[in-house]
Amino acid sequence: MKIASAKDLEKIRKAYAPSLYHPEGIKINVGMASCGIAAGALEAFEKAVEAFEDDDRINVCRTGCIGFCEVEPLVEILADGRPRVLYKNITADKIIEAVEDYQNGASKKKWILGQMRDPRCVLEDDLGNPIDKIEPIEGIPFLEDVPFYKNQVKVALRNCGYIDPDEIDAYIAKKGYLAFIDALHNQEPKKIIETIKDSGLRGRGGGGFPTGIKWATAAKHYGDRYIICNADEGDPGAYMDRSILEGDPHSVLEGMLIAGYAIGSRQGYIYVRNEYPLAVKRLLTAIKQAESYGLLGDNIAGSDFSFHIKISTGAGAFVCGESTALMASLEGKVGRPRAKYVHTVEKGFRESPTNLNNVETYANVPAIVLKGAGWYAGMGTEHSKGTKVFSLVGKIQNTGLVEVPMGASLKQIVFDIGGGVPKKKKFKAVQTGGPSGGCIPERFLDLPVDYQKLAEVGSIMGSGGMIVMDQDTCMVDVARYFLDFLKEESCGQCNPCREGIKQMLDILTSICQGNGKDGDIELLEELGAMVQKFSLCGLGTSAPNPVLTTILYFRDEYEQHIHDKKCCAGVCKELFHYEIDAEACTGCQVCFRKCPQDAVSGEKKKTHSIDQTKCIKCGICYEGCKFDAIKIC
Amino acid sequence: MSEAAATLSGPVEEIDIRELDDIIENQFGNDKENLIMILQAIQRRYNYLPRPALTYLAPKIGVPFSKIYGVATFYATFSLEPRGRNIISICLGTACHVRGGERIRERITDSLKIKDGETTPDGRFTLESVRCIGCCSLGPVIKINEDMHGRIGTDEVEKVLNQYE
Repeated sequence: MKIASAKDLEKIRKAYAPSLYHPEGIKINVGMASCGIAAGALEAFEKAVEAFEDDDRINVCRTGCIGFCEVEPLVEILADGRPRVLYKNITADKIIEAVEDYQNGASKKKWILGQMRDPRCVLEDDLGNPIDKIEPIEGIPFLEDVPFYKNQVKVALRNCGYIDPDEIDAYIAKKGYLAFIDALHNQEPKKIIETIKDSGLRGRGGGGFPTGIKWATAAKHYGDRYIICNADEGDPGAYMDRSILEGDPHSVLEGMLIAGYAIGSRQGYIYVRNEYPLAVKRLLTAIKQAESYGLLGDNIAGSDFSFHIKISTGAGAFVCGESTALMASLEGKVGRPRAKYVHTVEKGFRESPTNLNNVETYANVPAIVLKGAGWYAGMGTEHSKGTKVFSLVGKIQNTGLVEVPMGASLKQIVFDIGGGVPKKKKFKAVQTGGPSGGCIPERFLDLPVDYQKLAEVGSIMGSGGMIVMDQDTCMVDVARYFLDFLKEESCGQCNPCREGIKQMLDILTSICQGNGKDGDIELLEELGAMVQKFSLCGLGTSAPNPVLTTILYFRDEYEQHIHDKKCCAGVCKELFHYEIDAEACTGCQVCFRKCPQDAVSGEKKKTHSIDQTKCIKCGICYEGCKFDAIKIC
Repeated sequence: MSEAAATLSGPVEEIDIRELDDIIENQFGNDKENLIMILQAIQRRYNYLPRPALTYLAPKIGVPFSKIYGVATFYATFSLEPRGRNIISICLGTACHVRGGERIRERITDSLKIKDGETTPDGRFTLESVRCIGCCSLGPVIKINEDMHGRIGTDEVEKVLNQYE
């Protein structure tokens, strides 16, 4: 079947929607993105498929990631006329019991994250809540009231975890492709670009360049125009693009289609990281399905517009996230950036006008086109509109993906949604913007998160990774870590980046090894300013940020390393040792048994001690002690 | 010397030209823009990039060998040397780093006596570090072949490694 009009889409929606909201029998949705699979979702899925193979009333399905990665595998169970219940930590050994529990009225409260009040996405709000007549189960919180979900507004993530990513009909049932078909039949390309401009959408990959202006400039230049989706999500600790591609690939295809129509392009490329094989697989399936419906290909929906999308995979080079390097890589070359005297919107891929946006940016586009620029611009702050997805990782209670309106404070994101730092440890900093960003200390926790405010404190929005750090994180080591990363990833063609980063790394390494000396901090600042100013591309110009912000906000830690030869966080091995606190030690012998070096001695129920000559500071005793008796000195 | 070690230090890999033709021509249409994906396909087949395969590839797609060598050495996923039977990818993304990924790496290097990018003499393991595989909720993470081992403690490293032969 080929889709020709909005009516065709509506037909599919009406036919499919009942299976989403009022399934026959029991439906089990297992969250199967990479994060869920790593936590054991595949085994759970297979177990359920095998167990209920002969049972016509039970249907086992898969979805993407619903964001709360901390408690994966997440399994949602629903039936017509009964509430939708989300079970947490459901591994293969628990899934059958979870289904039985649901059938018996959902009484295993400890296994349950919540029940859903409203399963609609932002695009469906004119349709009425399909489950509002269903009596909720007493004693189970609504998912929408659980702190992790409470303040979230899902636009880019609207379908992730709600639909089967391998089913185009499921996407259409959530009003997918309606924005594109409407734009194609009823709107001039120029008007679409105006809508995107008015919405205030800015590039979600890190740069934050206004998307509408980029589209308008690309459309102005003549030649075979190209649309590229940057899915080379290289920032460590950021995985929102992976989640969108694995959970809702059609939203990205639709965003690219709208861009293609607005800009006047016939060919799109998606450049995906090699580390994301599942994303590639789901994209390939999605493209095939879109082609079979005639939503991709020649003369789409009976119009003159033709558009094709190809997938290309990266090969492990962080710098390829930079647009010019990505385009070189797409041409099969070494991924080295070039100076942007001529912008890629004029001469990019194959020397032709090229519009490159990030995955999350494209995923936002259909929602903006369907619901209007005003709706989107109504969320966020003065200069940063809409919502942004963040990955909350590191030393945080609720690891996962969250989407909040721009302008939410760091405190809301890290503490209210993220649940703060686990194990009663003390919060130290939150790192945003990946290796190009900075570390933000506790005193800025009330900062509203938008492009400008983050820049004011020396960091950047980046792609949205938020790595939370606690008292056990050494800020000098973090700076050293990022420079080590960037030294490896520098493409090496310009001196300031190649040599400057290496020199800064050498200084930081010597500080971490206890060889820091007077003047090192000042030298780092001087070198940092030079690298920022004279590097060719964004990798170099932003490389010193983690060092400079840690010096700015945690200078005392640098000084302790240099002058007192101490690392209070217990990370830099030459600068601390472990001791056993005689008062706290109960003589339980856990450290004694676990120490791989036999450095711990002591009899049962008597205070233990550590032989410093044998200790290799592997930290096994520190991690394993339940009484906090191992001290960092 | 064990058989595996002999293969590792052994001479030139036998290359089946028909197989290469299938990759270069049929799957990727002799198109030089597909160079990276062709190299990935060759690496999937041989577990590394054998030199004869690259010299064969050069004229087929019209890219000088020197340029192919440049691409093969620029991108981190490619290996010009044979790799072990099991590939350990230790995630050193920021989230894993702050959760003790470095200590896990130290345990592996201590235990296997190999550094990043090296292969054990018996060909059992190759150690590679990767920057973030997007499973930050499970950090610190190591991936061995296709198996993910999350929330791994420093004292559990040996036990995990022992599962692989």
